[in-house]
Amino acid sequence: MRSTARHSIVRLLSQHAFLIIVCLAALYPLWFIASTALRSNAAYQLNPTGFPSHPTLTSLRNMLFHEPLPRWMWNSFLVTVSSVAVSTFFALLAAYAAVFGRFRGHSFFISTSVALMVVPPVTLLVPMFVFMVNTGMVNHLQSVIVFYTGLLVPFAIFFMTGFFRTIPQELIEAASSEGAGPFTVFRRIVLPLSGAASFTLIVVQAIWVWNELLIALVFLQNESARTLMAGLTQFQGRYVTNEPLVLAGALLSILPVVVLYLSGQRFFVRGLTAGIGK
Amino acid sequence: MATSARRPHRRRRALWPYLYALPALGAMAFAFGFPLVQVVRDSFYAGNFSSPIWVGLDNYRGVLSDPAFRQSIFNNMKLLLAVPIMLALGLAIALVLNDRIRGGRHYQSVVFLPYVLPATAIGIAFSFLLQENGVLNRSLRKAHLGGLAYDWLGNSHLAIVSVGGLVIWQQLGFAVVVFTAALLALPPETAEAARIDGAGWWQLQLRVLVPQIRPIIELLTVIQVITVISWVFNYVYVLTAGGPGFSSSVMELYIWRSFSSGADGTAASVAVMLLGMASVLIGLSLWVRRQAVAT
Repeated sequence: MRSTARHSIVRLLSQHAFLIIVCLAALYPLWFIASTALRSNAAYQLNPTGFPSHPTLTSLRNMLFHEPLPRWMWNSFLVTVSSVAVSTFFALLAAYAAVFGRFRGHSFFISTSVALMVVPPVTLLVPMFVFMVNTGMVNHLQSVIVFYTGLLVPFAIFFMTGFFRTIPQELIEAASSEGAGPFTVFRRIVLPLSGAASFTLIVVQAIWVWNELLIALVFLQNESARTLMAGLTQFQGRYVTNEPLVLAGALLSILPVVVLYLSGQRFFVRGLTAGIGK
Repeated sequence: MATSARRPHRRRRALWPYLYALPALGAMAFAFGFPLVQVVRDSFYAGNFSSPIWVGLDNYRGVLSDPAFRQSIFNNMKLLLAVPIMLALGLAIALVLNDRIRGGRHYQSVVFLPYVLPATAIGIAFSFLLQENGVLNRSLRKAHLGGLAYDWLGNSHLAIVSVGGLVIWQQLGFAVVVFTAALLALPPETAEAARIDGAGWWQLQLRVLVPQIRPIIELLTVIQVITVISWVFNYVYVLTAGGPGFSSSVMELYIWRSFSSGADGTAASVAVMLLGMASVLIGLSLWVRRQAVAT
């Protein structure tokens, strides 16, 4: 009996030790980014690790006032908000039609969305770029906004159909048998029930757009139209010998994501793992 | 079917679902349908797109005989090795968390955090950590382990290993959360019965719990294989840019490089090949998903 008790204490301790090591490994790069952003370049070159003994806001201030970073952040914000808003709206309508309208081929429509979810965007890049050049959208934010919107739609449909299936069909039928039109049912019954699900979907899509690099890199090549992620890679090449400055930019790009994550963790977890659940 | 039989007047009003699905359908046709068709066409042409020249299969022949392309595809295969490591580690963490450990939720939210962060920003930080004279090597030298201080990004054999490490670092949390959820959904009776039968901790984990979540493990394997074959551009681009030379290039980066140097037909032909591989995997994922849902 006693040996089992000691055995289980050893196990408990080693389990915690294991988890703590994993957590430290997960957090170290973040600590590195934050602490380096607060070092002067001279201090970093001398000693890049340890606690910043003379923290300075120079790099962060430079990023915010002397570099195009705020502009790029604003671009990323605009791109994220518009593409996510449009794709969510489209997907809500389509998923509503697919689940409650049951048009011909609705199940094919849904499984096509599931398949498209995993098509690598890089394979679509060349024709899309040519299209953007031909329509004069290249180097304008519209180019990435329309493309992102389309890329987001399949996952959004998959996610919303999954959620709508949990709404009892009788609820919808009761309303429509009382003479409510499809849009009234959508607005009065379905939308109010979808608050949390829509929010989860919005968070996931926003993260995806905010973090996207490849398309932004190719479609937006002039300084003023870059998104934040594409801009960061510019800094990486431009300030090879000033790591604190580059990481100040990285820190500012991560901050909104971390704040969102801390305030609504369950939405992230539920949304990002939705592709795999159920 | 049943609905329309019960209420025949539905037939008349059945136009609206098509209208509602139309915007989404249009968006997908634009973002996927059009470029997927076009990229296949493009792969048979050379020159730039204002004056394309039909070259048949020459782009494919050129690509397949290009050592840089072979190196790229080989690197994707090397990255496959990251999948079992990531899944095994993720499973181990999930099993420990599943032991109703104190603070389990907090551990989980820390472990999941890397997954939501922008790969670009993180990749840049890793490039500073792993540089020849970066933080890792300086620490190793300080600890008198200078023999282990390799040039993680500049060595043509190690660069892709570093990329794999970064992929594992970022994707691990995803595996943990998925496995934890799967374990949590298991009926507690089976584990209880095994415990009463005197199963030890390891036996319980490996013989009772893991086999029960096998469908999820399979599904996640397929998804992560798709990731390392076709979604690693960000990591490679910021960490090594495919270098030195093409030694850590992957198919996506090869497409991007060909495209940036004006070889659009070449880029298109690699895109088609990548798409072929992805389709096989996508088909597999749909099949595995159906199995996973069925159980």
